[in-house]
Order: sequence, then structure tokens, then C-alpha cells
Amino acid sequence: MTAHPILDFLWIIPLLPLLGSAMNGLFGAKWPNKIVNTVAISSTGLSFLCALEAVREFFQLSPEQIPWVRQYFTWIAAGNFRAGFDLQVDQLTVVMLLVVTGVGWLIHIYSTGYMAHEGGYYRFFSYLNLFMFFMLILVLAANYVLLFVGWEGVGLASYLLIGFYFLKKSASDAGKKAFIVNRIGDFGFMLGMFLLFRAFHTLDFQAIFTSSTLQGWPVELSGHLGTLTFASLLIFMGACGKSAQLPLYVWLPDAMEGPTPVSALIHAATMVTAGVYVVARSHVLFTHAPTAMLVVATVGCATAFFAATIGLVQTDIKKVLAYSTVSQLGYMFLACGVGAFSAGIFHLMTHAFFKALLFLAAGSVIHAMGGEQDMTKMGGLSKKIRWTYLTMLTATLAIAGFPPFAGFFSKDAILLNAFVSENGGRGAGYALYGVGLLTALLTSFYMFRLIFLTFHGEPRYDEHKVHVHESPNSMLVPLMILAVLSIVGGWVAAPALWHGPDYFTNFLSPLFGQGAALAAEEAGAYNLELWLVVVAVTTSLIGLAIAFWMYLKRPTKPAELAQSLKGVYTTLFNKYYVDELYAAAVVKPLLWISTNVFWKAADVAGIDGAVNGIAEGITAVGDGTRHTQSGNTRSYAMWMVIGAIVVIAIIFFWPGVGKPIVGMVR
Amino acid sequence: MLPGGHLLSVLIFFPALGALALLLLRGDDHKYIRYLSLAVGVAEFLLSLLLLTKVSIGVAGYPVEEFSKWINQPPINYHLGVDGISMFLVILTTFLTPISILASWKSIEHRVKEFFVLLLMLEVGVIGVFLALDLFLFFVFWEVMLIPMALLIGIWGHERRVYAAVKFMLYTMAGSIFMLVGIIWLYNATGTFDLLAVQQMLANGVLVLTPQTEMLLFLAFFVAFAIKVPLFPLHTWLPDAHVEAPTAGSVMLAGVLLKMGTYGMIRFCLPLFPEASHRAAPWIAVLAIIGIIYGALVAMVQPNLKKLVAYSSVSHLGFVVLGIFAFHNISMQGAVYQMLAHGVSTGALFLLVGMLYDRRHTFEISEYGGLATPMPKLAAFFLFAALSSLGLPMLNGFVGEYLILLGTYQRHWQWASWAALGVILSACYLLWSYQRVFFGEITKDKNRALPDTSAREKWILVTMAIVTLWMGIGSVFITRRTATASQTVIDQVEPQRPYEAEVPRKIPGEAPRKTAPRAPSTSSNTAMPLVTEGLGAR
Repeated sequence: MTAHPILDFLWIIPLLPLLGSAMNGLFGAKWPNKIVNTVAISSTGLSFLCALEAVREFFQLSPEQIPWVRQYFTWIAAGNFRAGFDLQVDQLTVVMLLVVTGVGWLIHIYSTGYMAHEGGYYRFFSYLNLFMFFMLILVLAANYVLLFVGWEGVGLASYLLIGFYFLKKSASDAGKKAFIVNRIGDFGFMLGMFLLFRAFHTLDFQAIFTSSTLQGWPVELSGHLGTLTFASLLIFMGACGKSAQLPLYVWLPDAMEGPTPVSALIHAATMVTAGVYVVARSHVLFTHAPTAMLVVATVGCATAFFAATIGLVQTDIKKVLAYSTVSQLGYMFLACGVGAFSAGIFHLMTHAFFKALLFLAAGSVIHAMGGEQDMTKMGGLSKKIRWTYLTMLTATLAIAGFPPFAGFFSKDAILLNAFVSENGGRGAGYALYGVGLLTALLTSFYMFRLIFLTFHGEPRYDEHKVHVHESPNSMLVPLMILAVLSIVGGWVAAPALWHGPDYFTNFLSPLFGQGAALAAEEAGAYNLELWLVVVAVTTSLIGLAIAFWMYLKRPTKPAELAQSLKGVYTTLFNKYYVDELYAAAVVKPLLWISTNVFWKAADVAGIDGAVNGIAEGITAVGDGTRHTQSGNTRSYAMWMVIGAIVVIAIIFFWPGVGKPIVGMVR
Repeated sequence: MLPGGHLLSVLIFFPALGALALLLLRGDDHKYIRYLSLAVGVAEFLLSLLLLTKVSIGVAGYPVEEFSKWINQPPINYHLGVDGISMFLVILTTFLTPISILASWKSIEHRVKEFFVLLLMLEVGVIGVFLALDLFLFFVFWEVMLIPMALLIGIWGHERRVYAAVKFMLYTMAGSIFMLVGIIWLYNATGTFDLLAVQQMLANGVLVLTPQTEMLLFLAFFVAFAIKVPLFPLHTWLPDAHVEAPTAGSVMLAGVLLKMGTYGMIRFCLPLFPEASHRAAPWIAVLAIIGIIYGALVAMVQPNLKKLVAYSSVSHLGFVVLGIFAFHNISMQGAVYQMLAHGVSTGALFLLVGMLYDRRHTFEISEYGGLATPMPKLAAFFLFAALSSLGLPMLNGFVGEYLILLGTYQRHWQWASWAALGVILSACYLLWSYQRVFFGEITKDKNRALPDTSAREKWILVTMAIVTLWMGIGSVFITRRTATASQTVIDQVEPQRPYEAEVPRKIPGEAPRKTAPRAPSTSSNTAMPLVTEGLGAR
């Protein structure tokens, strides 16, 4: 009997969902829904329990035993390269593990209700379990290659689930787009791995992060593009793909074609945060490369703002949430970029709670409305679907950053850290903070716009046709649990507000250190933090007030505003025409060149034309010369005479040729 | 001991015996012909597995050899040998042959006997190529293999089959003429056709080539192999041959025949002409990279599904060539692995395309659409094969591609960066074509009632899927056995940096590697100076 039954057999945590997926995938078609969802829920539920047990055991470990690494088998080996099926647990893994299994399990339960009337029930749960498997591999992996397995695997699961309604062209288009855009990011990620291997001769996390090579590596000063800067930027490119940052964010809004629980689990709570996780996991590399950090912070901040502006005018309830996710992911990268990795992970966690809740509640609204997603055709739902309304309001308060909801604490930590950031000069920190604050205003506005349009005001749907009904308990219970988490999830950091310890940061501090903000705080900047809190809450209140005024007090105002600012409005509504730009600048030219130049001109006409031309030339020569073989004796005699004359002429008259031969004859 | 000391000969000629037995059967007795050829194919596969017991891990050189005199003057010998690389190529061949036989079960209805006879004779030629260690013998098998393949395309192919068969034949023969000249030149200089003897003479300075001669000889061999691979721009026979060939022909062509080209490069070009290989490597790498990107782009816009898969082979084999000519032990291992993985995953794709053809008699993508509804199982298998082809981790395509790129990057980061674009493009063409064939509503009424996989088809596809998955997870089983052979080749071309030579630490949970001293035999690795630079990256 081992002292750590689960920590020694960590593979059991991902294996359980894989088994569930395999069972449902292979036999589920013949099973009734009840068995299918029993298998799916119990496999993820057991996995969650195992994760809890693993965390319990983790807390009994002594500090030297952390990170806890277990090598199970060698997966790829060649030369001095080895990629093992090695799993590890440290503080970061613990957070991710609990978020993934916990939220994942809740969403599985919710899905049993939401998907009850859909076809392909077994297929859905098989894919969803497969996603859990790969996501757990991703967070448990102890080297970059195994992490990449999870990384690509969740991409596959996402592809399958976005395209779940494969009869719809828009759905299969969106799935394909997600996979390909992710692959563009993975291109960078792979090159990043290759570069790391060139520098460190290994891809194991521990071996790289604790290597003497890295310890002695000088910090690559700003503007100096060294190996670590390149490696960090390449890895960040992968993260941009997976976590939908500029300029690779385009797939995420389209991914809303998938069923809503999928949007909640994969495209809000877990998979899309994998990029943040990877950056945090590689924080040692990033901290050696301030230039890369600055890029991360800038891209994150720009994405946060950019996506928020698009979110202002969308009318599809899921699209608003999708852009909101892109925006919030930007916050997380902003945190990582200013060196506040634990704040980034903190926001990752609270975001997983409230964004999953927002999506699930939106799903409940859509369910209640009989499939309607357009907010302009809703209104006044708060009385009819009371629980959905209350839970969604909780999540909205959380994302808008009102105390004491979870989002307040994490967003506050990020803005504080941006404010005190000195990478790239004090001005850069203030600029990041300013844009971050402005984004918070926009966030508060578009979220309350969503609430007011959906739940308040007069109903804008045909009440005789749409029978609005509250969702079944299997959907409501996960909503309530997530609502509780959205409230209390941030409290671990609360004592910091009155000079107490920040438990979350302390927990992660063996990994990330104490962070710049805390150092600043110790230096007596406590008042600064309180002031920033006041500013942030005021900003959120302003956003709320504007939304209240525009959508409840003056319901005609938005239309007037859209009319008077037509250019801005249409640009935002059409998402800055980025998709159109990509199509016109990349996709279409590539297809045209491939078809007309590479295939038809170069391949068929050019190369194959040359080949066939040579063949035809030879045929023509043969065709010409075959007339010499006429079978006519007289013509043969003539050719012989001509030949003889030519030979003799060469021997006697060609300078240099004839002499030895002639000499021989003599 | 079952096959005595002549396992290699048995492996080569057992299918020929099977073919002979088939000839004795009545031509219209289709059932027995099919079962007998399947039995021969399976038995041959099982026999080839015996190689695994004979080629032990970590032993350099050719653990199993056979030698007997054949012709006295000129001294041409029947010299066979197997090492880690050729062993798995033989096993790949013997694995794909019964699969091809099963795939032709229903779709071949006329001249059934001749078809299976030729399929088995093809196997003879291919295995001979992989096992021959005598240049002349190699050449004989190289040519022997051409005839059955050309006939398979020319007789059982589709509309333009004769054109494709002639093109295939002439293209390959044009290349092999150069190789023949090269072989004869080497014989004139050395007085022997024996590969190992020639290699020895070149290594210890008995035979000294001027740089120019070496380059010409290198090219003589290389062109023959490059046509077979096919390397851009010598690839245009491939799409025609594939589209016209029957399914079994395509599977064997893509699965095994193309590998003869890359195998030839590993076995002949690099060890015999290391200096010329070095000088040519940048040019070849550029062609390989062009092939990777160009093949993928052209595949993307093909309206014909089978042509699409054919062009994807150009792209995938570009990776293999790049891995070979990066002269790094990791990329070499990757190239060998990619040869095997491509055989399985592209083989599976051709099988699936063939199954679609059996149902609808067309390869046009526009004729399909929405097929996931009438045939969900076939759709699932197709997706699986496509994913392995586009290199999803945990499936076989990833291992080879990753190792090739990783190893290449260590020496030439620009090459690897360009080649890695192929990773993006493969996702584009495979997923796009998959979407057009399987997703969406059914647009053509003919597709509405298509039957899903039959029991026979399911067995084929399940087998392919299991092998795909196993190769994706248990790659070490293969790479451990090919490591020494790859290392030997690399040692002959370019010494590795000290830290690159060995696995740095013990692998837990595995038997300790037999670290036999590496390949002192024929190579000149002691003579070459070891590069003793430190970290390459800083």
C-alpha cells in the first residue's frame, strides 16, 4: 500500500474520462440515454473525486516533494530526445485540476438536461469525455511534448463539438476554422519547443526550469532578441491560437455554433485558458525575457479592449459572451505580461466559475425561449425564469467586478499589478492600466446591456407562440453551485484588503514568487491599492449606469445612437471586418494561386507538359527516322555510301582526328 | 527453428510460391483464389514477424545475412541482409499486402487469378529490394517490382489506366538507367557489386573518388530514388498512377513503393557518397521543402479525392527526404518512422477512398457531401485516418513528423520552420475535403441510401486503426529497433555532437538499453574529427 494512492497512480484521473468516452463512442449508439449519461457523469465524477483525493494527498507532501513528478512510460525516444508519459502535480496543477474536473463535472450534469432532446446524445457525451481526457493530460503533463498532446487533443475535441450539428454548414465551417487557426498557433508552439530543445537538450519542465543553463542565463534585456525571447514569443504564439488573442482570436466567436454546454466548458472555462496556463507554466522563461513579457501584456491588453468594443453591439446572446471571453482572456495575459502570474491564474479560476455560469444561464435562457438567441427578441424574462435570472445576475456582478463577487478580487489584482508594472518604463504600466480600466467600463456596460435586454423591459417576443419555461433541475442545480462559487470564489484573496494574507497568491508563491505588486505593497503602497479599488468600482458603476439609462430609461436611445454614429456602429457590428480581411488577404489568394499557378500552370502545364513534351519529342524523332528503315535495298545502299563518304571525309579532313588513325593505316 | 537459416530467402520467395500455387488453380474459381492468396499474405506477414526475434536491439550492422554465389564472372552474389530499418519496411510490406488482398475481395471481378498473382509478385520484388545487399541484385529486384505494378495499373485501373501505367513505367525506368550506370561504374572501379565491400573500400581509402565523380555517382543513384519518392519536381507520375490504379495498387504504391526511394537514399546515397550528400543537401532540402508546401497546396485545391491523397503523399514524403538530408540522428529516426507511419495512414486513406469508389464509382468530391448521415462508421474511420495523416499527437503521423522537424531544427532552423508550415496546410486540405465529403446535408440523391461499412471493410479498417493508434503511442517499440541502424548511417555522414549521441538518462520502467558500442564496422567514424562545440543555441 502506497502512502499516496492517487498521486502514485495519477494516470487514473485522465484515464477515467477516456474510458467513458470510449464506452459511449463504441457502444453508446445502442444504449438508451440514461446509460449514456450515467457513464459520462460517473466517469467525470469519479475523476473529480480522484482529483480531490490527489489534492488532499498533495497537501501532505513536504516542500521537497513538490513538484511531484511520476514517469509512467516512454512515448517517443530518439537520440538524446525523450518524451515520456510523465505527469506532475504542483500548486498550479492543483488549481487547474480542480477547475477542470469540478466545472467539467457540473457541465456534464447540466448537459444531460440540455441535450435531452437532441440527436446524437451518445456522440455528444463521448466527445465531451474525450475533451476532459485531453484537458487533464494538458494540465498534468510534465513535459512540453505531452502537454502538446493535450493541447492538440482539446483542439480535436473542440473541432468535433463545434461541428456537432454537422448538417449545418456554418457549424462544420466553424469547427474547421477553429482547428486550422489553432494549428497556426501550434506552428509557433512547435518551433518554440524545438528552440527550447536546442538550448536545453530536453523538454521536461523540471529539467529546463531548474537547469543550470537557465539559472545562469542572463536576463535578456529589452530590445535584445535572444533565444529565450524567441522561445517565449513562439510559445506565446501557440497561446494566442488556443486562447483566442489578437490576431488569432477569430475562431472563438464562430465556435458558438457548438451546443451551449460546450461553449461553457471548452470555449469559456477550460480549453481557451490553456494558453494562459502554458504561459504561467513557462513563467521562468518569460521572466528571463522582458521583451516577450511586454509583448504578452500588450497583446493581452489590446485584445481585452478590442474584443470588448465588439461585444458592445452584438445582439446574439452567445456572441456577446464569446467576445467577453476573448476580452477576459486578454486580462489574464495582461496579468502574466506584467509578471503577476498568480493574479492571471486567479482570474482564470474565477472566470471559469462566472463565465461557465453565464454560458449555462444563457443556455437556460435559450432553452426557455425555444432556441432563440437574439436578445432583441427577448425582454422581461426575469419573472418567468426566476432562478436563471438570479444566477445570471450573480455572474454579471462578478464579471463586472462588484465586491464581494469573485471577479472583483481577481480583476482588481490584475489592474493593481498593471499599475505598478515597470517593464518598459512606468508609462507602459500606466497605459496598460488605463486601457484595462476602460475595458472594465465596457465590460460592465455590455454585460448589463445583456441583462437588461434579456430579462427586463417589455417582452419583445410573441407570447402566444413562445412558451417560456424554467429549466429542469439537472440544469438549475449546476447553475446554483456555480453562482455560489462566483460569489465566494474570490474570498481567498479578500483578507489582503484589510492587511491580511492573500491566500491564493501565497499558495502559488512557491512557484511564482510574491510578485511585484506585493513587493510594492510592503513598501507602503497599501493606500494605493484601496484607491485603485475605489476607482475600479466606480468605473463599473458608471458602466452599469450607462447601460441602465440606455436600455431601460430610454429604450429608443441605442437605435438613435447607432444611427448618428453609423460608421462606428456598423464597423463594430461587423467585428471590424477582420474575417473578411483574412478571407480577402489570405484565403482567397492562396486558393487562387494553388489552383491556377501551382496546380494548373506549374504542375500540369509546366512539369508534366515538359515530361510529356520530351516523350512527344522522342516519338517525333522516332517517327521521322523510321522512314530510313524502309526495307528498300536501294535506299540502304545509298545510306551506306553516304555514311562511308562522311567517315572518310572526317578521317582525312578533320584536323587532329585523322592523324593517329591514318597513321595506323599506314 | 522453423525457417532454418534462410529466413530472408523464405520471406522473398514464399509469396512467389504462393503465386505459383495460384497459377495452378482454375481461373474461374474466384473464392479459392481469394482465400489462398489471403492465406499466403497472412502467412507471409507472420513469417516476417520472426525478424523481430532475430534483429536484436542495439546491435550494429546486419544481424541476419545470407550469402551465396550466383554468377562467377562478373562476381554477382546473392547477398541479403536485414537491419532495423529494412526489417520494419519488410513488415510494413507484408502487413499491407493481405490488407490489399482483402480490399480487392469484391472490387476485382475480372481476371481475378492474374490480379492476385501479380499482387504477390509485387510483394516479392519489394521485399527483395529491401533485403538485397548486392548492387546488382538490388537492381534486379528494383526492376522486377516495376512489372507487376505497371500491369496492376494498366489492366485493373480506371479510364486512363494505360497512359498512367506507361507513364509510371517510363518515369521509373528513366531513373533506374542512371542508377544502372552508377552501379556499373562502381563495379569497374572496385571489381565487386557487393554493397558492403564497396562501402568498405570507400571508407578506408582503397577507392578514392574525386569530388566531381562522387557527385555524379551520387546523382546517378539519387535521381533514381528521387523519382520513386517522388521528390518535387519529379512527382508528376504519381497523381496519374494513383488515380488510375485500383485500390490495392494505390495502397501498395503509396504504402511501400514510395518508401523504396527514401530507403535507397538511406542505404546507398548517404553511406556511399557522404561528401556529395553534404554538398547536395541544401539543394535537396529546398526541393523537399518545396515539395512539402507545394504538394499540400496543390492537394488542397484538387476536385478529385484520390488525387488529393496522392498529392498529400508528395507533401509527406518531402518530410522524409528533409529528415534524411538534415543529417541529424533524431531527424533520421523521424524519417524512418514517417516512412512507416505514412504507409499505414495514407494506406488507410486510399482504402477508404476506394470504399467510396466501390459505392459511387467516382472520385469527384463534388459528387459527395453529407455522407456522415448514411454511413457514420465509414465517416468515423475516415476522420481517424485523416487525423493520423495530419499528425495528431497519439496517432502515428505525429511521431515521425515531430522527430523530423525537431532534428532538422537542431541543425537548420530555417528548413524546419519552412517545413513546419506543412503542419498547418495538412490540416487545411484534409479537414476541408472531409467537410465537403462527409458534412452537411446530402446533396445528391444517389448518396442517400449508401450502405455503411460491411463486415469485411470493418475488419480492414479496425486493423488499420489499431495499428495507427499503436504506432502513435508505442513508438518506442519501433524506434528502439531502428535506432542503431539510423545511427550507423548518420555516423557515416556526419558525426553528432557529444551530447546528441546517447539517451542522457535511464528510462524508468524499461529494460536498460543494450548499449553496444556503436557501429565500428564499416564506417569511418573514428577518422572523422568529432565536433566538440558546446551549446549550439547561445
